[in-house]
Amino acid sequence: MIRNKCFAVLLAISFCLPAMAKKDTANDLTLLLSNLDVHGFYEIRSGYRTRKDKYEKDMSIMEQRLQLDLSSYLDWADFKIKGDVFGDLVEEQADFDLREAYMFTRPFDFMDLKVGRQILTWGTGDLAFINDLFPKDWKSFFIGRDTEYLKAPSDAAKISFFSDLANLDIVYTPQFDHDRFIKGERISYWNSSLGRLAGRDAVQHTDKPNRWFRDDEIAVRLYKNINNYEYALYAYRGYWKSPGGLNAAQTQAIFPDLNVYGASFRGSVGKGIGNLEFGYYESDDDQSGKNGNINNSEMRFLVGYSQEIGRDLTAGLQYYIEHMLDYGQHRNSSPAGLSRDRDRHLITIRLTKLLINQNLRCSLFTYFSPSDKDVYMRPNINYKVTDNLAVEAGANIFFGDYPSTFFGQFQNDSNVYTALRYSF
Amino acid sequence: MKARSDMKLLRMLSIILVLSAVLLAANEPNNIEKITDVEVIVNKANVMAYYQGNDGKAKVKMTITDKKGQMRFREFIILRQDIKDGGDQKYYVYFLKPADVRKMVFMVHKHADINKDDDRWLYLPGLDLVKRIAASDKRTSFVGSDFLYEDVSGRSLEEDVHKLIETTDEYYVVKNVPKEPDTVEFSYFNVSIDRRNFVPMKMEFYDKKGKLYRVIESQKVEIIQEFPTVVKSAVSDLNTGSKTEMEFTDLQYNLGLQDIFTERYLRRPPREAIR
Repeated sequence: MIRNKCFAVLLAISFCLPAMAKKDTANDLTLLLSNLDVHGFYEIRSGYRTRKDKYEKDMSIMEQRLQLDLSSYLDWADFKIKGDVFGDLVEEQADFDLREAYMFTRPFDFMDLKVGRQILTWGTGDLAFINDLFPKDWKSFFIGRDTEYLKAPSDAAKISFFSDLANLDIVYTPQFDHDRFIKGERISYWNSSLGRLAGRDAVQHTDKPNRWFRDDEIAVRLYKNINNYEYALYAYRGYWKSPGGLNAAQTQAIFPDLNVYGASFRGSVGKGIGNLEFGYYESDDDQSGKNGNINNSEMRFLVGYSQEIGRDLTAGLQYYIEHMLDYGQHRNSSPAGLSRDRDRHLITIRLTKLLINQNLRCSLFTYFSPSDKDVYMRPNINYKVTDNLAVEAGANIFFGDYPSTFFGQFQNDSNVYTALRYSF
Repeated sequence: MKARSDMKLLRMLSIILVLSAVLLAANEPNNIEKITDVEVIVNKANVMAYYQGNDGKAKVKMTITDKKGQMRFREFIILRQDIKDGGDQKYYVYFLKPADVRKMVFMVHKHADINKDDDRWLYLPGLDLVKRIAASDKRTSFVGSDFLYEDVSGRSLEEDVHKLIETTDEYYVVKNVPKEPDTVEFSYFNVSIDRRNFVPMKMEFYDKKGKLYRVIESQKVEIIQEFPTVVKSAVSDLNTGSKTEMEFTDLQYNLGLQDIFTERYLRRPPREAIR
């Protein structure tokens, strides 16, 4: 609710700007209305757990959703509002999720500006993120909503500068936008304070940094394309996006300070596309790694390759590693038996095949961690019955040897789902 | 004396030559010359089909009809810029329909060098994601239609051996045999090129057994800013019974496009592209 209020302020500002800039507001309004473009979709999605979970309902998703996408423009700016109204039987609530509401303008040849609620993405990973520190919606991802919902919106201003030398993006978020992380209300998880799996019985409480212009985030990307090889440098100053620690009393999860510095490369390699990315995660509230309640600093690396291996068949492979920098300290400060491995290795494999004139898409995305010994598989089949109507079926399957690992903790959350979507 | 009779002979010869040229030309439709060098023909046809002006813009409506008669529609705006006639090009495709791909952008930096794959990007607006697409196979369907990527952006002339097999009153008929037959699904294709303006009017593809299985036809040609332009074309797949029609409207050449074929404009289309 509070987020929506803040957002309303931003929206009001962006929509009052034209009014302030120009006197003929009425005229602008008429223009905005006459240029208005309305689209969206209506969707029914339902899913069930494949295993009994004593902490959660059997239904994993049971919702109807209407998305409306309104866009318009004046000669000096574009405007967009996109929002979802949905009713969900799992959490037994109806809600409004404002996904985008922004103003975009190109004031100079060398500059773009986008202000308001927006979806932001950069970096080279495929469903793996290092320097993309914009909010993710892991909940939607794990319960089988469309992949589009993995990205949660930011209330931010994005300023971009372009030159022959290099391009620069600056994203300023005046109030910290955290991930829509797993806290137990519909997905059971490993609760480290309880030392067991937990769900609705122990919904995670968090203490969020939420002061405007003080608990803010800034993300910067400097990038250049040289002969279609894409190079980028990144910096971020903000917070761990999902809870990265516990308060001293160990009663609430917190979002400790985080700075990230990184770089990436992407370009054609052989017959396919290769990418490389790394990031140094500086856990600023615990630089020495002594505080066992706060995430250790890390180095993260990603290398990936994708190629078309047959007609309308694409394969992608990524290797990702998280390396804790003060592991000794982490081990000393963690309760016996609860310390993590120093390195978390992760391999992802994507297979996507298009059939029946590209109207049927079959895909399987698999995360596999040889160090955590856990697996997360995302099979999905989507068929476009007509240009407007699509039916879909898929699953989120988790398994692992231990209940506390990244994917292993969600074992009982494995689910299958189907959906029907009418787009207009 | 000797020199004078030589001069006379020369004059006679040249008169005969001129006369016969005039007579020959009169036999040809519209007095056009008859080109016999197939490389000249295919080069002119290639430039005519894919490189008109320095850049171009069109709104494209596609109708895909399967053998059961079910129809699907695609609508997009396509922008093109030539780096060099007959050489590298850049394409920008902004989707309007169907609704689920609206505002998606597909961008190609096409390389004429057959040893270099095209660079392709896709922008997914819902995720704000700039995706790079591995694109080694150009003979896959373009947006689920019967047109292939190669039909839309052109097949490099270097890929085939060209042979002029027939010159009719209206057309040059050129047979194209792939230099690397294993990389394509056809054994050869014939192109009928309009002799007056070098617009390719018909392409007929023959499978490995020599059977005709795919036909692309230019159904309507109009002069747009002095450039003969195909404004309606259709492809029929004789094996599947599927057919795709493509109609071009809002055609414009030499817009003086800036370099909009970059990540900046992928994420946010240039206004001239979409309005």
